[in-house]
Amino acid sequence: MDRKVIFKGRALPLLLLLPQLAVTLVFFIWPAAMAVWQSLLQQDAFGLSTEFVGLENFAEVVADPAWRGAAANTAVFASSVAMLALGVALFLAVQADKAIRGQRFYRTMLIWPYAVAPAISAVLWLFLFHPSIGLIGRALNAAGVLWDYQLNGSQAMLLVVIASAWKQVSYNFIFFLAGLQSIPKSVLEAAAIDGARPLRRFWTVVFPLLSPTTFFLLVVNLVYAFFDTFGVIHALTKGGPGKATETLIYKVYVDGVDNLNLGSSAAQSVLLMVFVIALTVVQFRFVERRVHY
Amino acid sequence: MEDALLARRALARQRWARWLAHAALGLGVLVFAFPIWITLVGSTHDAATIGRGDVPLLPGGQALENYATAWNSGGGTLRGNPAAGMLLNSAIMALLIAAGKIAISLLSAYAVVFFRFPLRMAAFWTIFITLMLPVEVRIIPTYQVIVNLDLFNSFTGLTLPLIASATATLLFRQFFLTIPDEYVEAAQLDGAGPLRFFRDILLPLSVTNIAALGVILFIYGWNQYLWPLLIINDRSMQTIVVGLAKMIGNGDSQNEWNTIMATAVLAMTPPVLVVVLMQRWFIKGLTETEK
Amino acid sequence: MLRRTLAAVAAAALAFVAPVQAQAPAAAPVEIQFWHGLPQPLGGLLEKIVSDFNASQARYKVVPTFRGSYAETMVGAVAAFRSSSAPHIVQMFEVGTGTMMAAGRAIRPVHELLASTGVNIDFADYLPPVRGYYQAADGRQMSMPFNSSTAVMFYNKDMFQRAGLDPNAPPKTWAEVEAAARKLKEAGIACPMTTSWPAWIQVEQTLAIHNQPLATQANGFRGMNAEMRLGGALMVRHMQNLVEWQRQGLFRYGGRDSAADGLFPSGECAMAFASSGLRARVMREARFQWGTAMLPYYNDVAGAPRNSIIGGASFWVMNKGPNAGETGGRSAAEWRGVAEFFRYIASPEVDAKWHQDTGYVPVRRASYELTRRAGYYAANPGADVAIESLLRGGAATDNSRGIRLGGYVEIRTIIQEEMEKAFQAGQSAQQAMQAADTRANAVLRNFERQNARAAQ
Repeated sequence: MDRKVIFKGRALPLLLLLPQLAVTLVFFIWPAAMAVWQSLLQQDAFGLSTEFVGLENFAEVVADPAWRGAAANTAVFASSVAMLALGVALFLAVQADKAIRGQRFYRTMLIWPYAVAPAISAVLWLFLFHPSIGLIGRALNAAGVLWDYQLNGSQAMLLVVIASAWKQVSYNFIFFLAGLQSIPKSVLEAAAIDGARPLRRFWTVVFPLLSPTTFFLLVVNLVYAFFDTFGVIHALTKGGPGKATETLIYKVYVDGVDNLNLGSSAAQSVLLMVFVIALTVVQFRFVERRVHY
Repeated sequence: MEDALLARRALARQRWARWLAHAALGLGVLVFAFPIWITLVGSTHDAATIGRGDVPLLPGGQALENYATAWNSGGGTLRGNPAAGMLLNSAIMALLIAAGKIAISLLSAYAVVFFRFPLRMAAFWTIFITLMLPVEVRIIPTYQVIVNLDLFNSFTGLTLPLIASATATLLFRQFFLTIPDEYVEAAQLDGAGPLRFFRDILLPLSVTNIAALGVILFIYGWNQYLWPLLIINDRSMQTIVVGLAKMIGNGDSQNEWNTIMATAVLAMTPPVLVVVLMQRWFIKGLTETEK
Repeated sequence: MLRRTLAAVAAAALAFVAPVQAQAPAAAPVEIQFWHGLPQPLGGLLEKIVSDFNASQARYKVVPTFRGSYAETMVGAVAAFRSSSAPHIVQMFEVGTGTMMAAGRAIRPVHELLASTGVNIDFADYLPPVRGYYQAADGRQMSMPFNSSTAVMFYNKDMFQRAGLDPNAPPKTWAEVEAAARKLKEAGIACPMTTSWPAWIQVEQTLAIHNQPLATQANGFRGMNAEMRLGGALMVRHMQNLVEWQRQGLFRYGGRDSAADGLFPSGECAMAFASSGLRARVMREARFQWGTAMLPYYNDVAGAPRNSIIGGASFWVMNKGPNAGETGGRSAAEWRGVAEFFRYIASPEVDAKWHQDTGYVPVRRASYELTRRAGYYAANPGADVAIESLLRGGAATDNSRGIRLGGYVEIRTIIQEEMEKAFQAGQSAQQAMQAADTRANAVLRNFERQNARAAQ
């Protein structure tokens, strides 16, 4: 872990650390502490009257059907995005691993959506699925499917899932392809000599070898779906219709910014923080275990 | 005899599998490119054609006008907010974030790896925990901090909180740990101080890592949404991603979609070019920062 | 380049002239910070009024800043107040009125400002539904009314003709609207009617026009302990009709807030209930004959129709911060400057011009008269429908004065969400309105609790 040979001095290293520490303290520790403190208060928007209420905000948030709805939406949304993005990426990576010629070309053509911001991805898909001007939206309506994501909650959910998963496929593809290429060819050849059919060979030999990558990607995709997709929802559905696409992070924003309900918003933030920390701990645990074997 | 037949069959099966793979990949590429293609097409027609719902599959002849409008004056409710200015703002934001993160991470990783001092690990862990919480989670209190510091509507307020992330520090720390002790010993024998060692030896060795990280962080910065949405409401400082989302408003079918699509193309061109042209760095940066 | 040169020349000329004109106070003008939430082109017109005011005198300089949408402006002002850097004047949409009024030390009521600075504004000349929306229960003016609109019906005369309807006799009652919609549908028109601002127009306006309460305590005017009354018979009946009409293809839900605005000028929908402020856009974009009419009503409801309520925004005067004390953190000259600016925008000439340029209603009778005498309504038939609608049925009642509920931004979203659920056929009209009541009451109780002490 540590180096043997080091430089002497005390002031210099502290000076070198100072910028990073200052930024961390001011923009991380302070706001995080403020979130915790505010989650224990009931306050009017202007901060003129403050009442300490203990854990009451948390009790209210957890009992609130709207928050539970948002939690359920988040679960559906995040798992759909992760499954779709992982599934498609794995399929394409396996194909790219087989195709020996043109691999670089395919890789280039498949990775650039990663560079597209989630909010822009929302605009692109909106333009395709808009019920009255979108190519696909109009085609669906012409084919007799009543397509209107502004009124149909499941359709709205489908649209935000597609727009969010689309750009994440690129990311997963890069990792899966790297994972596949690091599997020794001898292992595959041995399996081939055993006479296993390709599909069976994939599930019994290749997929288990990929499982560390898959697990890592699952966590990354879940975190992406939880937080980075705010732009997709904000630009596309604003959480509607009804509350059909309101996720937890979107609700934090709406309650804090639009509704000026700081106590409740802070309590929701704290709950999300706890969740992220738990997820990160699980991930590190797993990574450590992987290092051992 | 039998072996030859089997081998030929296996070969045929392989070729067949390869064809299938190419077909699947081709389809994948098409599906991925389709939204972009339609966006490009949409940016070359007039607003009335799109408003009627007659988006064709082939480009029209309005490209120059649309891009000129988007570049010079903008469209939708943001009329008067030209893409040129928003692109500049996004570029400033992305470069400041990338450069800032790399700079402060290099320094702190250097301090943690090459020195011994009290509270070294405490400092490291303080930085490390920032890795856990994305800025979105503590968005409202961070916003209040910015207002208290009077950094609202400023590039400082826009970029500084996003610099506080530990990913880059971790990466440089890992890398510095792999640098052989001989380098340090040689430098010390030459009488080089820690700062000269940093400048003359460590920085040149880190160029690859800096480039790789720079690509990732540029894209990260360029694609920020929630934070600029909250911290900037001066129209002259609007970034292009937020500006574009504001243009579509409620998804009104009578929007100036041609201008909006031209703006969308302009908004994604810089990061896409960075990824495609710097693919090697990009993949290196991605697979090494995240693992 | 040329523009910059001109500006430089103008500045040089001003520098030359100004000292001659304003000899007495050689000091720099007192700056008044003014945040507004109007995007282009309205924002530009508003800023023009401000620069006209600045040019009209040398003592005060109002500095306008666009702070994003109304909601963003509100959040910005609240955050600025908390860090003691609030602007002098902030433009706040009408749904924020309840929140602002409960804000106690954060605001300086307009009547107080005028009394302390000795500036007089004749609020008696203001249209009652406009001034009433921004008055305390005892009739004192709390904020300065400015851009105000109301809801009207736009209809496509060409489509009416095609469906065999009289293009000069728009439907007056909901029964007539329904009948017209059926004929339009038979004539092959895919969207007979739609609505913008579903909560503001189909709920708030509908209740006001029929003299029915949206909430107890005179829609909250008499106290923060008001309770929602959306589950009343009329509202459920109207909601049921909308859902039923939507199912039959007579009505099209076009989305929240102003999302449906484009459906009328594009020629998709034959009838549209929208803000009177949409008029400017319809004039610019519609390529067909069209007309304007007042909102329809149910003629079997006693006392209907009454006046509609306003939408839009007013100007609030803010103290600098929570610890600003008696002076509000401002000098006497600053307060005086704010009052002078208000006197300027209250002048009938400024108001009439704003009305004609933008499609907002004139807020004063004097400016209405001025506009009429200038022949504006004769040249622009239908431009006065909004004013007639605001004055319909005489003095406003407890139910038609407006909405004074805290946290109403959130409540309006709740209403729209529950309406969407009813349109999705997820729940009946009755369930939707009851659910909206329950959820909105929770917001009201929360607000009451948070503000009970702040208001003291």
